Amino acid sequence: MFHKITSSAIVLSVGWVAGVGFAEDTPDVPTIVNKANIVAYYQGNDGKSTVQMVITSKQGQTRERLFNIVRKDVQDGGDQKYFVYFQRPADVRRMSYMVHKHIAKDDDRWLYMPSLDLVKRIAAGDKRTSFVGSDFLYEDVSGRNLDEDTHELVETTDAFYVVKNVPKKPETVEFSYYNVSIDRKTFVPMKMEFYDKEGKLYRTIESKKVEEIQGFPTVTVSLVQDLKSGSKTEMTFSNVKYDIGVGEIFEERYLRKPPQEVTK
Amino acid sequence: MTRAKTMAALVVLALAVTSSAQQEPNEPQEKRSPVREFLEKHDIEYHGFYEARAGTRLLDDPYEGKDLSIGEARYQFDLLAMRDWGDLKVKGDVYGDFVEEQADFDLREANVFTRPNDSVDLKFGRQVLTWGTGDLIFINDLFPKDWVSFFIGRDTEYLKAPSDAVKVSLFSDAANLDVVYTPEFDSDRYITGDRLSYYNPILGRYAGEDDELRISRRREFFEEDETALRLYRNISNYELALYGYWGYWKSPAGFEETLTRATFPELYVYGASIRGTLGKGIANAEVGYYDSVDDRAGDDPLVNNSEMRYLVGYTQEIARDFTAGVQYYVEQMLDYGPYEDSLAAGSARDEFRHVTTLRLTKLLMNQNLMLSLFTYYSPSDEDVYMRPLVNYKASDRLMYEVGANVFFGDEAYTFFNQFHHNTNVYCGVRYSF
Repeated sequence: MFHKITSSAIVLSVGWVAGVGFAEDTPDVPTIVNKANIVAYYQGNDGKSTVQMVITSKQGQTRERLFNIVRKDVQDGGDQKYFVYFQRPADVRRMSYMVHKHIAKDDDRWLYMPSLDLVKRIAAGDKRTSFVGSDFLYEDVSGRNLDEDTHELVETTDAFYVVKNVPKKPETVEFSYYNVSIDRKTFVPMKMEFYDKEGKLYRTIESKKVEEIQGFPTVTVSLVQDLKSGSKTEMTFSNVKYDIGVGEIFEERYLRKPPQEVTK
Repeated sequence: MTRAKTMAALVVLALAVTSSAQQEPNEPQEKRSPVREFLEKHDIEYHGFYEARAGTRLLDDPYEGKDLSIGEARYQFDLLAMRDWGDLKVKGDVYGDFVEEQADFDLREANVFTRPNDSVDLKFGRQVLTWGTGDLIFINDLFPKDWVSFFIGRDTEYLKAPSDAVKVSLFSDAANLDVVYTPEFDSDRYITGDRLSYYNPILGRYAGEDDELRISRRREFFEEDETALRLYRNISNYELALYGYWGYWKSPAGFEETLTRATFPELYVYGASIRGTLGKGIANAEVGYYDSVDDRAGDDPLVNNSEMRYLVGYTQEIARDFTAGVQYYVEQMLDYGPYEDSLAAGSARDEFRHVTTLRLTKLLMNQNLMLSLFTYYSPSDEDVYMRPLVNYKASDRLMYEVGANVFFGDEAYTFFNQFHHNTNVYCGVRYSF
């Protein structure tokens, strides 16, 4: 399945949502989206988790992905490094995948295939490509650059700030806009709704379960539904830990032979 | 066994693999068995697959008796014990081969890995080894390849044959060093005529199972050994490496004076590579100097001359789930004049052999269907080798595959076209656990 990983790419930090900003009355839009971005993708200095994805087709057939993921921030809100160690399905077991995520340029990505002892360099690709064959896209899990969209606060309910995001370059994406409902207390994005070029809702991502871990509110179950294809993917995070003091493991040595902090 | 019977047996096997898979779709836990319980009790991971694969030649080959190009039922087990002091790994294949008409065992890996401190990794035993930047082109990777498996349509995993070696890796801020010592020379699994026909320059014609290549092997433990090293570091995510190799040509590259046996002459290789991002894609370049120690003057027609080898490559995603990779590769024979003078008669090799490759990979159906085509084309040899492949993952455990190996060209003796009559198509089904 390596080809599936290679063309898509990275990684989930959707689950490592956290951060407790207690909002004063209606902050301005840049403050809301920046806080939500930090909360969704940059909590703590590093973190790890075991991730299970269950992909269910319209016909009810399921496929599973299981992997460990370790993240380390180079800079809050900026560059990050990710390490992914696959456990299931069998054909990708023990493959490791490494990403140096950059804000200002394309990410660097590597894949190690143990049966060939091969370290492969992966070309940066379209970020709206499926991640490991699931309904999550690369951009859903690694974060969409805030500068790609204009942001507008369209509604403030008792629980949520609803922000409408319109792409600055509509020709590069398949949606015309998306709304994000951000929890007013925690700044956790609770729901994302994507509208197609005809203005019809076709895709949703929901935070189904949020738990507090080490003081950080953390999304532990996330669900994406493709309303057009009828396919959905549920992503469950377990063994979530923050600030574990991840060392310099994001290099070839550990790609070829991951340390225990990644495999266990 | 006749071809029909063999095919029937393979169909039955394929059905068995498929039906067993359908009975337990994506079931996370395997059935209980005493073996599995024993392994679990001792914290040993057990995985593997069952596979059936069959293929047929598309052309009449006057030098090979069977139409069947591949026909096998395979079981691979993969055991891993991770302990605090290190890892123990054993992986092997048991297979029934309907072409060779025998059962076989191929021990792929049996090694111990340990990380004694922050700056050292060690791996002892049978292991698969790879380095270098080429895509199905190898300059500084002089670890053994299994060209037979590659040409008959086994999974790409089998292109890499294992080495019985010690790998010592040293790490520092300045650079990292890998040293691989193989006490007994591990050659490629090369073409002998037994299963695939080839062009025999001594006979001056194609040759096959009736005139199998006779080989003078190198089996002196600690005498006929190999040492390979790689010194590498990463600068701004550009991967730089220097390589050295002291051993032997990996496939036969010479003949004894009596011309009765092919030999593995001594070979030293020195090289370098770089790989990194360029524009939207990944670029790589690699170079190697092949020092053919036994024919440094280049005037011995029975031993390969020294060579320079050059490679540049570029890979980019050109559309969503569609990737293209191109490479340009040159082999330059050194001391070409003495080589030409030394030839009695017959066909001289070109001084330069140019090869281009193109890899196209398209993913469809939620990335469960892969269409890929890898093509080697040599403008100097005027020959082509194409590897089309369709791979479908019916579930997390069940995979179907159809592919082909197609060789054609102008002259019988060129690198790829010598395999022309082995052109084949194959299919396979694999159930992984």
